[in-house]
Formats: sequence, C-alpha cells, structure tokens
Amino acid sequence: MGIEIEKPCVVELSNIAVSNTHGEDSPYFAGWKAYDDNPYDELTNPSGVIQMGLAENQVSFDLLEKYLEEHSEATTWGKGVRNSSFRDNALFQDYHGLHSFRAAMASFMEQIRGERAKFEPDRLVITAGATAANELLTFILANPGDALLVPTPYYPGFDRDLRWRTGVKIVPIHCDSSNNFQITPEALEGAYKEAESMNTKVRGVLITNPSNPLGATIERSVLEQILEFVTRKNIHLVSDEIYSGSVFSPSEFVSVAEILEARNYKDAERVHIVYSLSKDLGLPGFRVGTIYSYNDKVVTTARRMSSFTLISSQTQHLLASMLSDKDFTELYIRTNRERLRKRYEMIIEGLRSNGIECLKGNGGLFCWMNMSPLLEKATKEGELKLWNAIIHQVKLNISPGSSCHCSEPGWFRVCFANMSENTLQVALERIRNFVDKIRTHTLTAGSN
Amino acid sequence: MRVIVPLQGVVQGKGGLFWGSVIPCALFYFFQLYFKNRRHHHRSPPPPPPPPPPPHHSPVLPRSLSRILLSPRSPAGPAYVSGRATSVARISADSPYYVGLRKAAEDPYHEVHNPHGVIQLGLAHNTLSQDLVHDWIHQNGTTAILGRGIAPYQPLDGFMELKLAVAGFMPQVMEKPIFFSPSQMVLTAGATSAIDILSFCLADHGNSFLVPTPHSPSFDGDIKWRSDIEIVAVPCRSTDNFNLSITALDRAFNQAKKRGQKVRGIIITNPSNPVGKLLDRETLLDIVDFAREKNIHIVSNETFAGSACGSKEFVSMVEILEAEELDRDRVHIIYSLSNELSVPDFKVGVLYSYNENVLVAARRMAKFSALSAPTQQLLISILSDTRFVQKFIEINRLRLRKMYNTFVAELKQLGIECTSSSGGFYCWANMSKLLRSYGEKGELELWDRLLNVAKINVTPGSSCHCIEPGWFRFCFTTLSEKDVSVVMERIRRISAATKSES
Repeated sequence: MGIEIEKPCVVELSNIAVSNTHGEDSPYFAGWKAYDDNPYDELTNPSGVIQMGLAENQVSFDLLEKYLEEHSEATTWGKGVRNSSFRDNALFQDYHGLHSFRAAMASFMEQIRGERAKFEPDRLVITAGATAANELLTFILANPGDALLVPTPYYPGFDRDLRWRTGVKIVPIHCDSSNNFQITPEALEGAYKEAESMNTKVRGVLITNPSNPLGATIERSVLEQILEFVTRKNIHLVSDEIYSGSVFSPSEFVSVAEILEARNYKDAERVHIVYSLSKDLGLPGFRVGTIYSYNDKVVTTARRMSSFTLISSQTQHLLASMLSDKDFTELYIRTNRERLRKRYEMIIEGLRSNGIECLKGNGGLFCWMNMSPLLEKATKEGELKLWNAIIHQVKLNISPGSSCHCSEPGWFRVCFANMSENTLQVALERIRNFVDKIRTHTLTAGSN
Repeated sequence: MRVIVPLQGVVQGKGGLFWGSVIPCALFYFFQLYFKNRRHHHRSPPPPPPPPPPPHHSPVLPRSLSRILLSPRSPAGPAYVSGRATSVARISADSPYYVGLRKAAEDPYHEVHNPHGVIQLGLAHNTLSQDLVHDWIHQNGTTAILGRGIAPYQPLDGFMELKLAVAGFMPQVMEKPIFFSPSQMVLTAGATSAIDILSFCLADHGNSFLVPTPHSPSFDGDIKWRSDIEIVAVPCRSTDNFNLSITALDRAFNQAKKRGQKVRGIIITNPSNPVGKLLDRETLLDIVDFAREKNIHIVSNETFAGSACGSKEFVSMVEILEAEELDRDRVHIIYSLSNELSVPDFKVGVLYSYNENVLVAARRMAKFSALSAPTQQLLISILSDTRFVQKFIEINRLRLRKMYNTFVAELKQLGIECTSSSGGFYCWANMSKLLRSYGEKGELELWDRLLNVAKINVTPGSSCHCIEPGWFRFCFTTLSEKDVSVVMERIRRISAATKSES
C-alpha cells in the first residue's frame, strides 16, 4: 500500500498579518536593506553604503558611557530595588511604573523646556518606546475607520504606528515649501474637509515638534492656531516631542505644554504629549517612551493598557538614577545641543558649497535637503530615479520625500548624527562628486 | 405580549381610541427616554468620581490639577475617547479583578508600616526566588550590562544571543532535552504582549477564540481590548476536576458556528490558570486533531511551565510537534521568562511559532513591545551562568511546592478545600460554604467582604468566567510564611463571622 501524503490544510492568518499597511515595503525601508547588504566601515569597507536614513543620535554617546562607568551602582540598582518603598512596588504592580522613574522623566522634560512648563509624574504613562505610545494613543482616541490629521511631510513609520493594527486612517495636512512647510489654518481646514468628504470622522491632529523630517520647530503662533483649531472642532491634539532635547538653541523650542500652562490649562484635556529617550538621550535600545496627558480618563486608560507594552523595573531604576542626577542631565543636554548644532552646520555648509540648499532647520538629527534642481522630471518617479542613483552610485542611504508623503518631489531627509565626523566628510565628498558629474553631464548634453 | 391585546382593542374599536393613543405615545416616550439614556451613556460617560483621599503616596492624579481640568469644560462637551477606551475605563472601574488590583495598590499591606493594608493574592506573579536573582545581579550586574556596550537600534524582536540563551534555558526548566530553535522566537516586553500579537495575527476584529473556562482574569483584556477578539467559553466543571473535555470543545465550537461566530483558534493554558491542571499527552494530541479538523490555530500558553510539579508530567506542545510533521503551522506557544526566573518586574515574554508568516508579522509587531537592551544584556549573562541557573531552578521549585503545600493545608484547616493542582502560582479554592447566597451575587458579596473587611485581594471565579459560583483563586507566590499566617487569620475571622450569622 502506498504512503498516503495528506495535503496539509493551510490555516489562515488575519487580514492585519497579511496586509502591507505596516508600510515597510516603502523605499524608506528598502534603502535600509541596501545598507544592510553593504554597510560602510571606515577601515574594512570604505566603499560601502553610508547610512544616512536612520535618525539615531550617537554624537553624545561618550557622555553616557562615562556616566554609567562612574555610577555602576545604577546598573546593579544600588539602593534601588531593595530599599524601594513597599508602596512604590505595590503601585508598580498596577502598571503605574516606578514613581522615582516617572519623577525623573518629568523633571528631565522640564529641564529640556527650560523649566517653562511643569510636568506631574502621575500624568506620565510609560510605554516601550514612542512607537508604542503613538499607537496606544491612537487606540484610545480613535475608532477603526476614524482619522487623524497629520501634517506632511511626516515620519514614514507613522503609517505603521498610527494605522496598521488600529484600523485608523491618516488624512494629510498638506504643507509645502512656499512657506517653509509650515502648517496653516487653511491646510488644517482643507484636511478636515477632505476627511468629511470621505465620510470619515476626524478624532485628532498629530504633530511632531520639532518636525521629522523637516528638522525645524513649530512656531508659537502656529501652535496657537492649531490649538484653536482642535478646540473649535472638539478633537484631540497629540504633540510628539521626541526631538525636543535636540533643538540646537533652547529658546527656539516652544512646547505645547508651555502654551497650556500660560493659559492655566484651559481646554488642556484634549492635549497629549509623546516623549521618548531614544533620540535626545541616544538610547533607542532602551525602549523608553511616555504619554503625558492632561486628560484624566486618557491617563488611567493608557495606564491600564500599558500592560501591552511595558518597561522592565531594572531599566526604570537605571534611568531614574541617571535622570535625577541634575548635574549630569544639565551637562548632557547642553553638550548634546552644541554638538548637534555643529554637525548641522557642517553638513549644511558642505551641501551649500555644492549648490544644494536645505530647509532652514534648528533641531533634530537630520536636515531636509532640496534636490529638486537635479531632478530630470519634477515628479515622484523622477525623485525615485534620483534616489536610486544616490543609493546605488553614490552609496548613501537617504530618505526620499515621497516616503514621507511630501507633496513636492525632490526633497530628501539626510541624517547626520549617527556617524563620525570623518564619515560625514566622506559622505559630503561623495555628494560633491555626484553633483559635479550630473552638472558636467547636463552641460555636455546641453551643448549637443 | 400584553401590549398586543389593548391594541387589538384599538383595532376592534373597544375603548380603543383612548388606549390606541395612550399606549403608542407611552411606548414612544419610553423608547425615546431609553435610547436617549443609552446614547448619553455611550457618548459621554458620567464624570469620574472624585479621587479618593490620597494615602502617603498618591497614585491618583494630583487633586489640584484634576480640579482645574475637570471644571472648565469646552462648550462642545468633553473630548471624545474611542469606544474601546470607554469600555476599558468602565471595566477597570467595575470589574472585581481590576478593582481588587487597584485597592491593593493603593493600600498595600506591610508588616510594620501598614499592618491593616490589603494583602495581594490576586496577581499570578512569583517573587519567591527573586532574592536569588537580585543577589546574582548585585555581584555581577555591572559587567553584565556594560560588558557589551549600550546597544543602538537592534532587531526589535530580541537579540539573537538572548534567543540562543532562552533556547538553552527552556529545556532546563522543563527538565527534558527539547529542541528550541532561536529563529522561531520573538521576544516581547511581557507575555501579555505575546498574546496581544498573536491575537492580531491569527484573527480579525470580531472573530473568536475558544478558551476553556475558568480562565485567567486578565484574558478578557489581553485578548479583546485592542484586537477586538471575542472569547467563546469552553466550560470545565468541578465534576470533571475542571479538566478539559474534547466533547465540550466540540460543542462550544458548534454552538459558536450556529451563532454566526467565526472561530479562528483555541487558547489552552498549560498548566492552567486559575486551576493549575496539566494537559496530558493524549489530550494534547486530541486538541491537535480537533484544530486540524476545524482548520483553526492553537495557542498554547505555557507561561507557568516551570512551576509544574507533583506526580503528573508536564508535556509541552513542542514535544507533541516534534513527532507531528503536519500541523506545525497552526501552533504557537507562549513562555514567560519573568515567571520562570521569579522576576515579574522584568516583563519578558517569548512567542514561539512554527509558522513563518506569523513570525514575519510578529517580528514587525514586536516593535510595539520590544525588550529593553540592558534587560536583554542582563538576561543573557544570567542565563549563561548555567551553574546558577541549575541551582536556581531547583531552589525555586522547592519553594513553590513548599508554599503551595503550606497554603493549601492551612486553608483546609479552615474547612476550605482546593482542587488538586500540578502547577501555577495559585490554588483554586471552593469557598461556597461561606457564601451568603449561592450564585454569582453571593460570590461577589463574599469577594467584597474579603477585600474590604478581611483586606485580602483574591479573584472570584466569575472574573475567570467559571460557571459554578463559589470558587476563588488565591495567588500565594508573593507571600512570605508570616504573611500566610496573617492571611489565614483574616479568613478565619470572616469564616467565623459567617458561621455566627447562620
């Protein structure tokens, strides 16, 4: 008798599992692949792809290392766990997180804002990263099928964080270079109407301040306009301020928290701030994010649902120690800002000397570069063609504006804080050669 | 229906004009009121009750700030929160499981500083051997974390080194040479995240999972809150010692089908929570057959694997699948490193699947609940210290067994019987003799007395969806021996009070 080979039944997965709403098939992530396959190394692979598509902060890493070496008791918890109050532990079990950690985070956030805003530790809900914080807020503020309004260009990861598992839509608030990509009341209204025309309920506006990918802070007057808009429409405002500590000049950053405090928290219950230590402190591996909400219900609900995205007590203890050391945090914030500013100036100068202009920026780990003069065609396809050339010929991974949903082709986000100064020079050199080649080619072509 | 009769009167013209106008008006008015209230309740939930007076350490929002925020309301009404959030808030406020957790958190017992506080018996966490891990960290911590440098962005589903360490650790925990493949693992910040991820991957909004009851009180939230999956209960009864029967499974599946519910999988917990039952090899094979027949997934929640002891053998799904070539695609297993290492605060979960498509999706979803780098470094170091691990497993097991024996024996002395258990951090006690009335109401009344009078937080069977009233789950793995005496004394007083009433 022959062997019967039973055809296995193919068991199905969910729609979410098989969909590509996670957006990870976009060029933003494809560029990473090119880098993974051939990563640049100063010594061992000097002709590899230089990673300029990852917004990671390595410029002040040495300060962290030094701190941890000098304060090794932080890593072993030192006084931490054993003497941690029994009440603190009890609350920890109910997902409040350690009070010492929340207090340290709150005070760090206050320091970054030059003490111009106060943060209550009990309004902080902790999550495993800002990615989780944004997703959790979306679950809480919107139903599947509802929409959040997000100004373009925006961080490509939002497509995944805000939409994938939540079933919520993103309706873009279109911004363009005519006014340096600032958000206008007309654009806000336009986006709201667009959602209405699709029979979609708008639940909130989500801004990133300073902006990713623009690398620029939102002006006070614009923030006030946005607040007025969300109040009028009775919707929420989420302000993702994860780059707040990376603004080169502290006086140029205005947090929505300051505006609310100045008006005695009127209408504050619709405002929620997201923060993380991944960018400012260069600790992406720690997975530390927070939701700060002025809305009691959102706080208690987010806290209850933080069970899905937790931070270990050990990490909380370590950070509580570090962040409550005011001398260290003050030194770190100051030094980090300075180093980022220098980096920024270096890249802007380097690009300008090759005739490439960038949007005037004042914060973040990247600059918003205008390569539209180099496009063959001023279209999305033209932009992707140029991007392909940059990846494969120039061997730089930068992020095309279309992956950030920018309505104008030719803009690119270039990260400068995740490499050494030498590497940055190499990158600028490569860009110079590339631009020269194009210009010569155009001249030659033109003369025929 | 009584309404029809007078309306018939209307039709037949008997005094009908009067009733004919009054009744429809009354109905109309009633329905208006009813729907208005429902809508009101749905859209704008009543303002939260004023925060309770803060104890030493206020877990609630600062009163002054709260008052500022609660009073000046925007003319359009309070800012909307999603249906999901409203439901979570309501459950948090009403459900005994969460109410108990909150009370225990706000007024925690301490032998010296708060001897009249609430003793926590509602969390299935094990801290019995936490001291061993803390000692290890104290001696080795610095090098453990710094030795590898702080990690930049890394694969967010866990360092390969940690996965390898886990692959070596789990067979030690299970005391069997089972093979685990690191590439089939996704590490998450807690086992709850692993369940959440699987819920999103295996089923769509509104689909269902079959879950034997009584089940973990947190399942309702874990499975439903974000992914919106329904639980179809498969009741287990005391007459069967709360063991799972395939007949019951089949019946539940068919009834769900009749109701139009799409069942996408079954979630088994082994050892079970809250009862502590082990599934034997034969039953596991039957479950696999059942899943194959219905073409659904199996999630095997083995987060208490290391606590299995007694005469019965713990059999993991992994063992079953070592033999079965087919059907691996439908099986997904969850472990909890925090449970196995007695460090609940570390929050480390392991999702183990044989389905490559699930793994691809799960790896992407792990970004939302990734493990902290220093925690991973630390775990790699601990798990690589095989001598420590071996000793730890032995001591932890002994302490678990001892605590279980002590607790169950002392309950017995009070006249409270528990089902025989082969694992878990809890016991399943029959408190029906202490009920003032036999039924869910009586059970909740007893739960309330235990929480607010005796000041012990235990989980009533109804929170676990047990169909028989009177059963309670007592978690004893965060207690010291002294605590146990205090707990028993408090129960004795309630018991005495109840007896004197009858």
